Amino acid sequence: MLNYLTLILGCQLVGELTTQALQAPVPGPVVGMVLLFTFLMARGSVPNDLASVGDTLLRYLSLMFVPAGVGVMLHFKLLGDDWLPIAVALLISTILTIIVTAWVMVWLTRADPPAVGPEAGSHPKDGAA
Amino acid sequence: MGELRDVWVYLSATPLLHLTLTLAAFQFGSWVYSRGKMNPTLNPVLLAVVLIVAVLLVTGTRYDAYFEGAQFVHFLLGPATVALAIPLYRQFERVRRSALAVLVSILAGSTTAMLSAVGIGYVLSGSSDTLIALAPKSVTAPVAMGIAEQLGGLPSLTAVLVLITGITGAVLGPYVLTLIGVKDWAARGLAMGTASHGIGTARALQVSEIAGAFSGLAMGLNALATAILLPLLWGFFF
Repeated sequence: MLNYLTLILGCQLVGELTTQALQAPVPGPVVGMVLLFTFLMARGSVPNDLASVGDTLLRYLSLMFVPAGVGVMLHFKLLGDDWLPIAVALLISTILTIIVTAWVMVWLTRADPPAVGPEAGSHPKDGAA
Repeated sequence: MGELRDVWVYLSATPLLHLTLTLAAFQFGSWVYSRGKMNPTLNPVLLAVVLIVAVLLVTGTRYDAYFEGAQFVHFLLGPATVALAIPLYRQFERVRRSALAVLVSILAGSTTAMLSAVGIGYVLSGSSDTLIALAPKSVTAPVAMGIAEQLGGLPSLTAVLVLITGITGAVLGPYVLTLIGVKDWAARGLAMGTASHGIGTARALQVSEIAGAFSGLAMGLNALATAILLPLLWGFFF
């Protein structure tokens, strides 16, 4: 178990070092994700212990955004000054982005013979994702 | 009373207090969320943030004092992002089958996110700091902050808008997708990850591993696309 936690941290560390060295416009952890993915491809399966470490981390992914989210308290003034353009732009743009991305994907994969249906391999809860 | 004060001073100087506050607030948020039959508007992140901000304001605690404790939770974001490789690997066969469609959808979404956010902000006469912070709002926070800095904006304001965008997408996304009749988990995941990065991905993962894998992929690729395209588009318009 500990060896796979070390592997995950190692991937992140190499990712951070790479992006620093290359001044790359992606964050270190994203490069780390690519490295771990490459490891899994090379190995051909997900080791059980790695799966349990990874799934545990991902189960609490939402929790990890809380400390940064609390940072909103530092910007009450700036947000207050420009609240209308910020609120309208965030709301409309986020909804628009969701619609455009989903529709383009649905439209482009519609003709594929093995139709990717909602029933496969998942458990719909109130139709939400 | 003096003793109680001493205890308080001691506690607020250790990471324990604010670490516990963060976990307790999130547990409370999750409890409300499950009691409310997982209604997306009762988002646990949103509830926890509101509760913690209220506690900090009432007790007169500064954000950096809070972050001393909360940083341990914050730190886990990095390893969790790396771990997104696991659902991606499990779903890779699906992703590979529709690789071109995935790329085109993410690019379309990425461009929509940048142009619509800046366009609306501009029409409603937002300040230039606001416009720069709005432009990369759908991108994961560390990248968005880097882009904002490169364009001469405020990274910290950008981080806040990124988080609000994430919560907005996580809360409204499922309704919007159901409303427009998109049932395919791959398309739903891509949309959540492109529009609202890690927070959208966390939401997608709770419902379907397929959606989670596509969402994590979309988060990574949208970060890359925006980092490359936004400075070019910005130079073109401004």
